[in-house]
Amino acid sequence: MRISPAITQRLAKGVLILATISALGVLIFVIGFVLAGGFRHISWSFLTEPILDMGRGGGILPAIAGTILMVFVAIGIAAPLGIASSIYLAEYTEEGRVTQTIRFGINCLAGVPSIIFGLFGFILFVVILGFGWSIISGGFSLAAMILPTIIRTSEEALRSVPKNYRDVAASLGATRWQVVTRSVLPYALPGILTGVILGIGRSIEETAVVIFTAGSAVQMPKSLFDSARTMAVHFYILAREGISNENAYATAAILICTILIINVFAYSLMHRLMRGKS
Amino acid sequence: MKKIEIKNLNVSFDGFHALRNVSFDIPRNEILSIIGPANSGKSTILFCINRMIERIPNVKVEGDILLDDRNIHTIKDVEELRRRIGIVYATPIPLPMTIKENILFGPKLKKRLTAAKAGELVENSLKAAVLWDEVKERLDSSALRLSGGQQQRLCIARTLAVKPEVIMFDEPCSGLDPISTAKVEEAMKELKKDHTIVLVTNNTKQAARVGDRTAFLLMGELIEIDSTDKIFTAPSKQKTEEYVTGKFG
Repeated sequence: MRISPAITQRLAKGVLILATISALGVLIFVIGFVLAGGFRHISWSFLTEPILDMGRGGGILPAIAGTILMVFVAIGIAAPLGIASSIYLAEYTEEGRVTQTIRFGINCLAGVPSIIFGLFGFILFVVILGFGWSIISGGFSLAAMILPTIIRTSEEALRSVPKNYRDVAASLGATRWQVVTRSVLPYALPGILTGVILGIGRSIEETAVVIFTAGSAVQMPKSLFDSARTMAVHFYILAREGISNENAYATAAILICTILIINVFAYSLMHRLMRGKS
Repeated sequence: MKKIEIKNLNVSFDGFHALRNVSFDIPRNEILSIIGPANSGKSTILFCINRMIERIPNVKVEGDILLDDRNIHTIKDVEELRRRIGIVYATPIPLPMTIKENILFGPKLKKRLTAAKAGELVENSLKAAVLWDEVKERLDSSALRLSGGQQQRLCIARTLAVKPEVIMFDEPCSGLDPISTAKVEEAMKELKKDHTIVLVTNNTKQAARVGDRTAFLLMGELIEIDSTDKIFTAPSKQKTEEYVTGKFG
């Protein structure tokens, strides 16, 4: 006996809606849980005071500073490098064995667990290059970790720009570089930005790499060569070592808010970039 | 006076022989139509003339193309060649920017323009493409909002703004209604006063309407080239006659 198409249709629709609701539900639950547990303990002084007594008291200003500095170093290195590589791969090479090998390598790199990047950063930046546990070592290692993501998303963004735009620009006398800068990059920018934002997000939430390469100093970093902890590391240590559950939740809440703010800001920026172009 | 001279042009893509020993001249200030069924190599000739074919991987091009008696392969600055030989594609491809920015895209690649110069260039180019009266009130609105026919004339204006000596049209009216087609053809006839025009078309009637001379291409070979009147009334080859009378194609 066949089930009538009308029933399978209703069934399918029901299952799909249920799946969507449960996915959203998990998200809302997690965010709500952390925010509800954390917001009670957030105050102005929590944001602006130094870490006292390993995190039992005081605020998290050094962790906020450490996060910002490390993410800046990581993005400052990974974004230009990654975008330049993706332009080379998408615009300057012809598809062949070499590009396939490079792309395969990048995809493998994207799947490497972050702890491996931590170990790599520890050996190269901390030990061999002698940067010690520092924001520089942490930033460089995070950059290595997010580089494949940025290259992949940027390359995809570049490839999604219609080939016609390139032909038009070239036939009007544009050099290859002018083709890239004037008729490809402007339209790939939103996609490229998405990759950079993903990279920022991954750097902010990363703990393993940071502990290995930047240490977990509680003092306010005075230069890029000082050890520092990020908010994620601070949260991890507070929670794991049972130092202060309240402060751990509060830190997590601020972490989530930071990521939300970055996303909202990035999307509004993207909208502004897209206006008038579609 | 010949503007372009094509000598023994052979092109193959990945082993597929797209053009075989094609030789002909393109006279100055005339419209040469190139007709022939799909895959006969019409567009390939255009891409050889502006060397856009070099952007396609695995292509072999042999033979010489002379522009004003100079072999185009000895022109080091390929961008300069492409500014001298403009092309308008089959589907209108407005860049996703304003009408004005579209027109100024080509000129700005080479040098900065003063506002006055830019305004003048936009107006002249749009007038030459018979589009000015329809868009003069909204030069700063997106080019994507124009109709298909207007977009195609915008593409012609954009090509003209670079001040090319030769303009090649690659089936420019294939997606247009008869009224838009008539406007594009009107622009072409006007343009031949100062330009050499090559028109690739699937539409034999269009070739008969606007072409001074017509070349008939079949499977990568040049079957016949002659004055348009002769091709359409008394062609010397049987294949040509069969094609222009609609027996195949």
